[in-house]
Amino acid sequence: MSPSGSEVTLTAAVERADVEVLAAARAGTAASGRRRLFGFTAGLAVLAVCCALSIMIGSQRLSLAEVLAALGGAEGEAGLIVRDLRVPRTLLGVLVGAALGVAGAVMQAFTRNPLADPGILGVNAGAAFAVACGAAAFGVTSVSGTIWFALVGAVVSTFAVYFIGSAGRGGPDPLRLTLAGVAIGAFLSGITSGITLMLPEVFNRMRGWNAGSIASVPPDAFASVTPFLIVGLVLAGVVAKPLNAVALGDELAAALGSRVVTTRVISVVAVTLLAATATAVAGPIGFVGLMVPHAVRWFTGPDQRWIFAGSAVAAPVLLLASDIVGRLMLRSGEMPVGIVTAFVGGPVLIALVRRRKASGL
Amino acid sequence: MSITERVAGPVAAEAAAWRVDPGYRTITLSSRSGTLRLRLRVRYLIVVALLLAATTVAGVLALGTGDYAIAVGDVVRTLFGQGDRRMRLVVLEWRMPRVLLGLVLGAALGAAGAIFQSLTRNPLGSPDIIGFDAGAYTGALLVITTVGTGYAMVASAAIGGGLGTAVVVYLIAYRRGFQGFRLIIVGIAVAAMLSSLNTWIMLHADLYMALAAGAWGSGSLNAVGWEQAIPATIVLIPLWVAAAALARRMHLLEMGDDAAVALGVRTHRTRLWLVTLGVALTAVATAAAGPIAFVSLAAPQLARRLTRSAGVTLAASAAMGALLLTTSDLAAQRLFAPTQLPVGVITVAFGGVYLIWLLIREARRT
Repeated sequence: MSPSGSEVTLTAAVERADVEVLAAARAGTAASGRRRLFGFTAGLAVLAVCCALSIMIGSQRLSLAEVLAALGGAEGEAGLIVRDLRVPRTLLGVLVGAALGVAGAVMQAFTRNPLADPGILGVNAGAAFAVACGAAAFGVTSVSGTIWFALVGAVVSTFAVYFIGSAGRGGPDPLRLTLAGVAIGAFLSGITSGITLMLPEVFNRMRGWNAGSIASVPPDAFASVTPFLIVGLVLAGVVAKPLNAVALGDELAAALGSRVVTTRVISVVAVTLLAATATAVAGPIGFVGLMVPHAVRWFTGPDQRWIFAGSAVAAPVLLLASDIVGRLMLRSGEMPVGIVTAFVGGPVLIALVRRRKASGL
Repeated sequence: MSITERVAGPVAAEAAAWRVDPGYRTITLSSRSGTLRLRLRVRYLIVVALLLAATTVAGVLALGTGDYAIAVGDVVRTLFGQGDRRMRLVVLEWRMPRVLLGLVLGAALGAAGAIFQSLTRNPLGSPDIIGFDAGAYTGALLVITTVGTGYAMVASAAIGGGLGTAVVVYLIAYRRGFQGFRLIIVGIAVAAMLSSLNTWIMLHADLYMALAAGAWGSGSLNAVGWEQAIPATIVLIPLWVAAAALARRMHLLEMGDDAAVALGVRTHRTRLWLVTLGVALTAVATAAAGPIAFVSLAAPQLARRLTRSAGVTLAASAAMGALLLTTSDLAAQRLFAPTQLPVGVITVAFGGVYLIWLLIREARRT
């Protein structure tokens, strides 16, 4: 049977449409590549502005000239405030923010669960449990003592989650890891609240720690945890590309030559280092690790390398902006940054999710 | 699901067209004319029955334990209308409301968890996703720190806070139709904001006020009587009936909107009903005992593993929730006696351990 005239036109139309679609797709990737680069640069600029503001603004009013002189090494009260308080605090904000954002992005990528956040690996619950135990059993309430309890607690509970989640064949399974994290997190937080409800002084200490703050971290403790954060960030950078393949599913990723199990193990180590250290230094700062990768994904698309890079810039912006707002909000004293992040980030996120088509993974 | 006919003759084919082999043992109940049919999985039925039996045993034990211990036989006799006056007072007046409330609230939380996990198709789905618990806690905290710790006042503030939050989240998320994922994101954002607020209130409250609020926030059955148990049970019964009526459509929705529409489900309306129902179930539980954590999260997953179902199911989740809450409350009373822990502390720890054990056992088998 020979094709009739109308069928011929139809095939031609389909072919033309194919060509058009292909051309449009090529233009689209080029355009979105440029847009991503532009967005990333803009993000860096915003981050720089936030850092500058964070050094400028505080309860003690300092003029621009005073701040610049202090940064240049001038003596006196201004120098003390800027160099010993505001600069370390700003650096800490950048590092903790980047750590939380990237940890969240890695977590969501390798569990393939858009609801996953670093807390799901049991980080926050483990840290809180160890801090409560430290306060209840040894009376440790100083910041530099608490950091190490929190770090050990977070790491131990993450490993417990990892071993339970990856028992059996085939190594760590995302769903089982998530459930193991929920289970261990719940168990530990139950015991923690049991302890705190029975011991009022521990309760008092924990409600302060639970707020999450970057205000009062001693410089030596800060210096000793920074290497952990940097190693974590580097590891996350290493797994970004393999995680793109893992997003397609384990079988397909393996078929494409990706080492699924190795990728997972490195991912877990990276998340542990980043989230545990950030929580140990600053207390549990929620929301950042969960939401920043989401918002970033709407701009960058599904390429993990861009999501990680974008989260590493956007999360510090959120954290520093919240910290600045927290300094200005109250007439006397400060609002801990962990309380402000949700109030700064929440409305932004809601506005975004109402404007854009929501993304899965 | 494939339909296999292992029948030769044309006469037998008519009768055997109904015979389905889904790969597991089932029982089929049908009316005489064959217009009403109900196919039930044998394993499912057995698991639900065992869960209910275990719940009953735990309930009877709870009725017998306390500062005034009563033997199991005496408890049963009292329940059947015998026993002396003192036993009737202790068992029926003092302990029964608490046990009953543990049972019905556990079932409500389990069912609510199943609804939300099915709606979001996510094992982490829970009423918390649309901010209910955080809102309820905010309401209760505000009342506890400003007005006082009266039961009715705190309960109504919690319901008001929770429902208000749920409505706000739903309204913000609704935009030219409803999208499960958008609901989750908005819910998380609003819940995060509210729990920040809660942390702030706690940080600035007087220590003993904060402790009272913390105890409420863990969820507790320590001070309940018939005046709470009866209204809660009466309100919950129609909710369960509605949930059972919606169960079939809920499972069709899990297949995706397109498939559900093709099978005749009105997706928007069904989803709205399911959300309302899930929130209502949670609201009753929260009003009666505070936000009891983890039951609605763990019960559906535990039940799914025990029944080996493909997804979460309502009846088994409700039964599992009842068992979890009843046993946890028994433990909360007796574990550190005379210190009475809030039951929420135990549900969280207990459910966590159980889930860990199940995961390990499952891993060994594969």
